[in-house]
Order: sequence, then structure tokens, then C-alpha cells
Amino acid sequence: MKGDDTLFARILRILVPIAVGIAFLGAWEVLVRVNEIQPFVLPAPSRIWESLVANFGSLMASLWVTLRVTIAAFLLATVGGIGLAVLFSQSRHIEMALFPYAVVLQVTPVVSIAPLILIWVGYDNVEFALLILAWIVAFFPILSNTTLGLRSADHNLRDLFRLYGASRWQVLTELQLPSALPYMLAGMKISGGLALIGAVVAEFVAGSGAATGLAWRIVEAGNRLDIPRMFAALFLLSTLGICIFFGLTLLERRILSRWHESAVKQER
Amino acid sequence: MTADSAPPAPPLISLRGIGKTYGSGTVALAGVDAHIRRGGFVSLVGPSGCGKSTLLRIVAGLITPDTGDLLWPAAGGARPADIGFVFQDPTLMPWARVVDNVWLPLKLRGIAKVDALPRIMNALERVGLVDFARAFPRELSGGMRMRVSIARALVTEPPLLLMDEPFAALDEFTREKLDDDLLDLWSSQRFTVVFVTHSIYESVYLSERVLVMGARPGRILSDIAIDAPYPRGRAFRESHSYVESCAAVGAALREGTAI
Repeated sequence: MKGDDTLFARILRILVPIAVGIAFLGAWEVLVRVNEIQPFVLPAPSRIWESLVANFGSLMASLWVTLRVTIAAFLLATVGGIGLAVLFSQSRHIEMALFPYAVVLQVTPVVSIAPLILIWVGYDNVEFALLILAWIVAFFPILSNTTLGLRSADHNLRDLFRLYGASRWQVLTELQLPSALPYMLAGMKISGGLALIGAVVAEFVAGSGAATGLAWRIVEAGNRLDIPRMFAALFLLSTLGICIFFGLTLLERRILSRWHESAVKQER
Repeated sequence: MTADSAPPAPPLISLRGIGKTYGSGTVALAGVDAHIRRGGFVSLVGPSGCGKSTLLRIVAGLITPDTGDLLWPAAGGARPADIGFVFQDPTLMPWARVVDNVWLPLKLRGIAKVDALPRIMNALERVGLVDFARAFPRELSGGMRMRVSIARALVTEPPLLLMDEPFAALDEFTREKLDDDLLDLWSSQRFTVVFVTHSIYESVYLSERVLVMGARPGRILSDIAIDAPYPRGRAFRESHSYVESCAAVGAALREGTAI
């Protein structure tokens, strides 16, 4: 911990954003009430909360679907991205042959391939299609970051490994993978958010209620002009995204802090 | 003054007509001849671009020369299996504790940590860092990190230690301290040291012989013996012979760069 990181400063860092949030919600509530804005245009926060409570069961079920797809896509993207990056690092030829296709997969908007994937997988298996689409979006940052990380191992350390006759496997496990770890974690942080975006966008495209994630709840509520419920679903989506981001940030800090500050405590 | 007073014993390292041209057409080295005795302390001094680092890496086997022969007369003809190498940066693994960084050369040979530990602690003791075995590199000062790097190079008890401007990035005070510590280690262990530096003073203070190198193409301009006895200390730094030797090395360097 840094010296100027006092308890007061830390509390302030949490309290100030919360205070801003409360002020914002309060102003929203007051504006809606004073101007008598109709709930199907802009519902007051209290109305949104009521809707969230009233529809808690169905919204939670949908949240679970979206969460399931997101997490599965993220885990597969992590495994696939790191695995492919390791393969690339072992053979320039494989990298040369496959990397352009990874880029093609990345630059093609997921919305445009969603219908195709849905047809191939079948409308009775929409969740699997969502998983594929979310995976496509999520896996590239991990692949490119890890590839970069594996390559950026200190060249003097590489020479040292060569000098001591290290095997390819030793260079990979003892040097390249640890060097790539910060890059990998940065890629995972981006991919966590992208997996959620992929899952939601794909579900919008799938439409028709074949999948019942949060995106469908938003479409459904919009069709019925049930705007408070739409906001409630939106609120849950944002919360989920924030949780993913903080979870991955925490993971990153836990793993990387071993290299610096936290070790001071272990000294004692 | 070329040091032809070489002892009758065969040299450890024998360089004959070593040449290296890089792909870009830069002639890094052209016709380098040198012999380094076993247990000697030789410095390579020269301006940047004179190929001194390239020469060191050729000796280490990290770069293959285009022409010439690298022979090991005193080591049965082959490059010793253990060579210690110290870079300009400490080149430590930031994710590994000091003890694990020093373990690396032995670990890569399949020696388990328990079996390696006595040797690791011995190496750390020699550089005075036993108390920091559990620390991470980030927690150490620049000078301490360089000591870890030296401990790692010495953990295999190598007959040859190659150092590529190891103390160039350190402040003057730390540098002089590490110079003295290196000489102490060398006196007690008697390994051979080839030390690359661009500091005339450091080369004169440390070595028995200074090979002055010139650039474009990289070559050895002169071979200057520093006759002062070891151990050397403050007295030597302030002595007349030290000043004279520095002047001689400086003159040789200027001669080479003026051409």
C-alpha cells in the first residue's frame, strides 16, 4: 500500500461515487414527479424498483441464462485464446497460417454472422448459438494479448535460458508464460466485458423468445411498452457487467501484486 | 606495450581471427585475436559499436562468428559447460523471489530446490544477500539486484564469468563497492573473468589486462597489462601507477577513434 493511501482517502473513494449516484437518482425522481412525466416515457427510479421487485422471479431466471452464457463463453475464450497463443508461439508457420483467420473472425461484426450461426445450430438450441457468438467476440483479445505477451519476454533472459541449455518446454513454462501473465490478465479483463456484450447482442438477433436471457426481457418489455421493466432488466445487465469487471480486476491484482507490494507483508 | 609475458600454461580462451558481420552489412568484428589465461581478469574497453558485447556473446556461444576460431586449450578443447553471464541489467525474473531467481540455472538442469538450496544460500552469502532470499526483485535497490544477478551467475561454480557492462547503470558509490566485492570474489574463487565496460577507470582498477577495442570495424587496438598487485583498494585508486595506466588506456582509445 502506498503511504498516502489512508483509511480516510479509501473511504472517500467509495463514498463519493455513491453520493453522486444517490444525488443523480434523487434528481431523476424529483424531475419525473414535478414534471409528471409518463412512466412509458421515463419511469422514476422508484417505479423501476417496484417493477424489479414485482418481476423478480422472471428477471432472475433471465439473468441466470445470460450469466451462464457469458461465463461459459468467457471460460472457453480464455482456454481457447491462451491455447492458440501458445501454439502460435511454438510455430511461426501455424501463426502465419491461422492468425489472419482469427482477425477475420474478430473484424466481422457478430450481428452479421449471428443469423447464420443460429440457422446452423438450430432454433431449438439457441443457447448454444449464443455461446458460440459470445465466444467469438470474447476470444480475440485474449489471443492477441497472450501472443504479444509470450513474445515480449526479456531477450536477455532468453539468452540466459539458452546459455543454460533450457528446453523448449522450460522456456515456455518458466519464462514465456510468466512473462505473458500481465498481458493475459489484461486481455481477460477486456474479454469478460465482451463476452457479456456478445451474449446480449446475439440474443437480440435471435429474438423471438427462443432464448430467455435479459436481452429478450428488454425486447419483450419494449414491445409491451413496459418501460419500468425494461429499465429493471437494463439495471441488472449493468450490475452484471460491473461485477464481471470488478471480479477480474480483483483477480488481476491478487495474482500480480505478488510481484510487488504484497510481498513486503510476507517478509515479516 | 603488448603483454607477451603470457605464462607457459595454455590459455583458457583462444580467439583467432574472429570476424562477425551482421545482416545489415555492419562489420561488428574483424580479425580479432586474443588469448585469455585461466584465472585471469581481462577487461574489454571501447566506445559503443566496437563489438565488445558481440565478442563476449561469441565467447558465451550465444552468437556464432562468421570467420575465425574460438578455442579452449585449457578446458580440454571444448567450451566449459558452466559459464556465468551477467548482463548490464540485472535481468531477473520479476515474478520469482530472490531465492528462485538464483535457483534458475540449477533448476533448468533438473536439480530440485531442496538439493539446490545449500548452493543457492552459499551464492547469496557470497554477495551478502542471505537475508533477502524471500524478497521479490522489485523490493531491492539497483545494486542489490545486480548482486542477485551475480549470485545467479556464480551458483553453478563456473570456471568462467562473462560480464557485459554489469555496473554501468549504477551510481558511482555503489559501483565502486561492487567492483571491490567482485575482486574479493575473484580472489577467493579464482574463476576467469572477461569484463566488458566503457569506463577506463573501472577497467584499470579491476583487471590484469585491458584489451582496448576500436570501432568500424570492431577490432583490438592494444593489449595493456596493469601490473599492480591484488588486493587493490583505495590506495591503488589514488596511486601514480593507476593514473598512468588510465592515461595509457585513454591514449590507446583516442588513437583508435581518431583514425
